[in-house]
Amino acid sequence: MILLELVRTVRMGVKSLLLHKLRAFLTMLGMLFGVASVVAMLAVGEGASKAAQDRIQALGSTNILLRSKKPDVQEQNTSSNVWTAQVYGLTYDDLDRFKHTLPAAELVVPVRETHKEMRVGAEYQASYVLGTTPEYLTVTGMRVREGRWLTDQDDQRRTNVCVLGAFAAENLFPLDNPIGQSVRAGSDRFTVVGVLETLGRASGSVGPPVDECVFVPMSVSRAWFGDTSMKRTGGSMEVESVQLHEIKIRVADPAAVLDTARVVREMLSENHAKQDFTVVVPLELLKEAEAQKLIWNLVLGSIAGISLLVGGIGIMNVMLATVTERTREIGIRRALGAKKKHIVSQFLVETVVLSMTGGLLGVAAGLAGPILIETFAKMPTVALPQHWILSFGVSALVGVVSGLYPAVRAANMDPVEALRHE
Amino acid sequence: MASERLPAGVPIAELVDIHRHYVMGDHVVRALNGINLRIEAGSYTAIMGRSGSGKSTLLNILGCLDRPTSGQYRIGGEDVANLSDGELSEVRGQKIGFIFQSFNLIPQLTVLENLEVPLFYQGRVGAESRAKAEVLARRVGLEGRLEHRPNELSGGQQQRVAIARALMNDPLFLLADEATGNLDSKTEEEILGVLDELQREGVTIVVVTHNAKVAARAQRTVWLKDGVVESVEENLHRESSVAAQEASA
Repeated sequence: MILLELVRTVRMGVKSLLLHKLRAFLTMLGMLFGVASVVAMLAVGEGASKAAQDRIQALGSTNILLRSKKPDVQEQNTSSNVWTAQVYGLTYDDLDRFKHTLPAAELVVPVRETHKEMRVGAEYQASYVLGTTPEYLTVTGMRVREGRWLTDQDDQRRTNVCVLGAFAAENLFPLDNPIGQSVRAGSDRFTVVGVLETLGRASGSVGPPVDECVFVPMSVSRAWFGDTSMKRTGGSMEVESVQLHEIKIRVADPAAVLDTARVVREMLSENHAKQDFTVVVPLELLKEAEAQKLIWNLVLGSIAGISLLVGGIGIMNVMLATVTERTREIGIRRALGAKKKHIVSQFLVETVVLSMTGGLLGVAAGLAGPILIETFAKMPTVALPQHWILSFGVSALVGVVSGLYPAVRAANMDPVEALRHE
Repeated sequence: MASERLPAGVPIAELVDIHRHYVMGDHVVRALNGINLRIEAGSYTAIMGRSGSGKSTLLNILGCLDRPTSGQYRIGGEDVANLSDGELSEVRGQKIGFIFQSFNLIPQLTVLENLEVPLFYQGRVGAESRAKAEVLARRVGLEGRLEHRPNELSGGQQQRVAIARALMNDPLFLLADEATGNLDSKTEEEILGVLDELQREGVTIVVVTHNAKVAARAQRTVWLKDGVVESVEENLHRESSVAAQEASA
């Protein structure tokens, strides 16, 4: 019976709203845009944050990534000692210390980078040659597409073998299968034994893009290429001496990551006079990203709140006008036996129908928006059901709140005065 | 169909020493100054008076739209002078049928829906109210118009809808406020005819008017002046219902 009465009241409300179609439509638009923008923004925000988290996750959430960095404070050695090598960065000693003193470290992987011109026949291509150990593959989560990866034997015997990153393989051997072929790096020849799968560029990761790299055994890189590199920058030569460009540490127990990272930082600052290294802890980044997401959500929430507030004010404004306009109808209904509560529910239902219809259309538009953004702007979006349920709920709430005052005002009219109203 | 219709002569509405004073600034306007009036079941009463005589105030009190400052007002034996707003709404919804000068139909609703409004507030809407609306529509000559909107009807037809609406809740009495004030004389005659017919069927009617022609249809005329009943005239020469009276006698 109560349900039937509600259905009747809603039907009556819809009829009254349809009396002024344009007005109802325009009022609804305010709600529609508010809800649509909230739903769409949340989906875009969620997508961006998920993309960031995926990228960080790709670095390995139990990894600690160390990288050599040219110290910020440079001696003013402009022209006089051009040939003096600038020595900085992670060292073999660091590597040994980590290997022997970090109990939680499961794997400690060194990486040396050398910039070389790679030649295949007459073709050549500048590329990074990374010298590393077999564990590199485990720590980075990369996979071999074809052939094999570097082995301990390669390292011990200093075999001149190399594994190509996916893009490096494509660039150097656009037509042939690279496995078994010969590649020259500077004056050294390497036999290609494997090709890796594409990894994609992980943001927050440091160093050259791995898909374009050529991988050789650590011992080979050290023996043939040495620690000193020359780089032509502008007109002058830059000579650097770096032992290890990167050390990747994998921690066995996820709970020990942050503590281990702290120990690593302490050990490094003890043994390095200058800040010639960076430490990236993906887990820390992940937590930062989560904190950032919270702020982002807070900002979104405020924007959403403001737009819904504006929508609500619009609705209240229209309902106040409607109540004044329909004073006589209120008088008639009171004379025919309507109690105050009937009048309140009548106008409240009208407002809620208005705001919820706007909310519903807003949710539809807000779900359609991200699909367009994804197709045209190529931005990832994630529409979570709780987002649009919440937005829809808020639109209903705004309807109740903004409708309450006009409805109460209508109900409190004196029936005699209301009937006399022209 | 009239569930609460009482035998003729039983008092259904009784005003005892009703005062209604308004405070306007620093002086008091005594709109009603001790009204005594009895409405008996089946009677047809006209209330007349010049503007300022307290006619409208009395109408509002009779219709339970307003509360007297002092005095007793009994409807069907119940004193309604001191009821709350909600209780007065119930009395209006259950015991009084209003007919207004400007018809006062709700424009966005169809005729059927307009007829259902009084029962809606009693929680009595459904198959029953629809059937009742159809019967009453036929009774006032509106069959086939149930799905029309008020603005698709003539003034006379709209007032017929209003009369049917006033009967939907089986009221103790009909209260008409200048029911023919907005109609031409031909239509006025039709509407007065409908009221005559209803009265003949036993419906109690109170009309408030300043039109002598309308008042002439009633059995008696109550004249108001300065907030008191000045005189009560029995209409011995009723224009159209003489024959009917003879028939019922």
